[in-house]
Amino acid sequence: MPSVRPGPGPCVYALAFVTGSGKCGAGVHRSWRPAALVASVAVLVLLPLAALGQEEESVFTQLRVENEEGERVPVEGVLITVTTPDEAAVGQAETDTEGIVQIAVPGPGEYLVTVDAITLPAGVFLRDPSRTTLSVNVLPGQLGRALFALSPTPPVDAEGGVLGGRINFSGRALAQLTTEGLKLGLFLAMAAIGLSLIFGTTGLVNFAHGEMIGWGMLWAYFFNVYGFAGAFGFLSGLPPPFGGGVNLIFAIMIAALFGAGLGYAMDKIVFAPLRRRGVSLIAQLVVTIGISIFLRYVYLFAFGGVPRFYEDYTAQSGNEFFGLITITPKDLITGTLSLLILVAIGFVLNFTRIGKAMRAVSDNRDLAESSGIDVQKVIRFVWVSGGALAALGGAFLGLSEVVGFNTGFRFLLLIFAGVILGGLGTAYGALIGCLIVGIGIQVSTLFIPTELKNVGALAVLIVVLVIRPQGIMGRRERIG
Amino acid sequence: MIDWGFIFNQSLTQAIDFNAIAFVLAAMGINVHFGYAGLLNFGQIGFVAMGAYGFGLTFTLLGSNSVLLAVAVGIGFSVIFALLLGIPTLRLRADYLAIVTIAAAEIVRLVARSTPLRDITGGAEGLNQFIGPFRDLNPFNAGSVYGFGPWSYRGSQLFVIIIGWILVALVVLLIRQLMNSPWGRVVKAIREDEDAARALGKNAYWYKLQALILGGVLGGLAGMILAAGNAAIQPDFFSAPQTFLFWLVLILGGVGKVWSPVVGAVLYWVIITFIRNLGRQLVSAGYVPTTVIDTSQIDQIQFWIVGLALALLMVFRPQGIFGSKEEMALDAR
Repeated sequence: MPSVRPGPGPCVYALAFVTGSGKCGAGVHRSWRPAALVASVAVLVLLPLAALGQEEESVFTQLRVENEEGERVPVEGVLITVTTPDEAAVGQAETDTEGIVQIAVPGPGEYLVTVDAITLPAGVFLRDPSRTTLSVNVLPGQLGRALFALSPTPPVDAEGGVLGGRINFSGRALAQLTTEGLKLGLFLAMAAIGLSLIFGTTGLVNFAHGEMIGWGMLWAYFFNVYGFAGAFGFLSGLPPPFGGGVNLIFAIMIAALFGAGLGYAMDKIVFAPLRRRGVSLIAQLVVTIGISIFLRYVYLFAFGGVPRFYEDYTAQSGNEFFGLITITPKDLITGTLSLLILVAIGFVLNFTRIGKAMRAVSDNRDLAESSGIDVQKVIRFVWVSGGALAALGGAFLGLSEVVGFNTGFRFLLLIFAGVILGGLGTAYGALIGCLIVGIGIQVSTLFIPTELKNVGALAVLIVVLVIRPQGIMGRRERIG
Repeated sequence: MIDWGFIFNQSLTQAIDFNAIAFVLAAMGINVHFGYAGLLNFGQIGFVAMGAYGFGLTFTLLGSNSVLLAVAVGIGFSVIFALLLGIPTLRLRADYLAIVTIAAAEIVRLVARSTPLRDITGGAEGLNQFIGPFRDLNPFNAGSVYGFGPWSYRGSQLFVIIIGWILVALVVLLIRQLMNSPWGRVVKAIREDEDAARALGKNAYWYKLQALILGGVLGGLAGMILAAGNAAIQPDFFSAPQTFLFWLVLILGGVGKVWSPVVGAVLYWVIITFIRNLGRQLVSAGYVPTTVIDTSQIDQIQFWIVGLALALLMVFRPQGIFGSKEEMALDAR
């Protein structure tokens, strides 16, 4: 997870897509240390070598990775394949001691260049594992170039954690990790409020909430990359916003709307009828699990198994604050936005009719109903707003972490931890619990390996349930 | 052309293969938990993982050659997990217990696959160098193929399958006897009304813990069958959603009936294998264009069916094939 990088050095994303042209890395020692934790970046550049005066068109590649001292050193022995757009083989070669490979192509035109990620040496990783293939346009008599990004730190693994390593303790690291944790906590809280309110008003633990989070993340990705119709081959030629991607800000707004739609549909089509039929809560809970599995594999089908990044705002360098912490603008904006949204939710809950009605239904459904509150309408409202918030939280999480078909489900257990810590069924409890979980997860990486940070959160969940099952804000009667 | 013979053959082969056996045992464990004791255990895969790792680690870490010891360690691991999980959490209400168990199972997997434990558990790659002593016991020729009608298995597989089904038969007998015994009646009474059982002087907590251990050990046995059948233990197999496949098997057969996991698991594997193979052939024979779906995606479709089946069964026929609705702990508190 890129967000755990410690303080020193401004963020490295900006380097990722800068060409290294002109500095061919000759004579640089191959002394990079594989497990460098300080995130740095290497570039694989297909240089324009028209200067060499070649008669024949070819594709040129240089693979380099940045070592701890910030020098870019060549990467040797990586298999590069060039094919035509319809995947007919053109040529294949390994990078030499300079990290260079040059493959002749039959003529000008478009070619696909593929890096065989398996042949990358230990300690060198593709920054974006899905970008193993790039399209290169070769002009007559020239060399085509494309741009890959390599990194000495592993990309997000299946668990969303960086493999191995521990961060050395320092005040700076603590401040940085607390900030990262606060951000994570805010996103989790936003996604969690729906879960908590749905439980509060209906008593249902919604295991499909992770997929509601993934829903927002994936739709934001869809609109950001494909626009409104671009996923369909024959429509991708249309001008943006139909054929090409729309700006991520709008994409996220649309995703939130879609999230509200999903929440509405889940209540309207599934859970309102189940409530009317008097289906027990445990049975409804199993139904949410069925929906969760179904949706997750629909996502896998549509999106594929490899995590990806949004097209906009992925590469940003951080700004330093108080000489202590580094925050990228996107994190600052999304963090502030989610804080504002959470404050707004607090306002709605406290001072508006619907908010009071929601709290009333949470407190005592029968009493609320007999005092004239339309309980079904309140529940519908909770589902819709909860769905929108989950989608929004998911879209933000996708920006700060990674977009994957099962990212939502991975966060579900963390959200459970936060919600139970704060007190299931309470909105403020969800907020506080998720903030504690978020900060706890990030700060715990000072003491435990980063890949085990989620274990800490889950263990806390169990401990809380043993010591104080009603959570921080909950009341004793809520548990049994 | 679609090779129907091959599809039916595969479906029947998978129906009694070791995967199905593991599903039977794991689902029987959930049946003890939920069907009889009313415990909403969503972390059965954690018990399966504990059994598998206990089995494998006996060979790799202790260097033992005794399969019996390995089975004992596997059972021991499951019991320890049941105690660790049960002692603090069994007082919780059903939906809280569901969350805790799923979290505990994830903890097992995340710890097992972690890099610091790589020297012990093999990290994310898991264990695969442990099967020797077990294979040495195999009376069949490991390489040759043994067949009967549509079923044919390699000798190494056949050994696991035979042991597995004997185990299933023993477990079925054991559970039937247990649930007709005074112990079983107390457990079912607790499921129906915990307060009433307590008022009669029964220590509900202690009975629930015993049920958790029993069902957990069945999960552990499933893990050992999987480890022996695959000759490998991979941590990411033990991911949380796997538990819900066992749940589907149980609900399909019918909660609270001794035989239902057997029927459920066999049916599950027949249906899933049928759909998977039919789908692959439809794609490779060109009936379905690969622009719509490719063969690797067929395996994803089966989980659409799993999810939908779980939801629809729960709404329209929660008692499954054999169960009775009245006996289900659907209002578990």
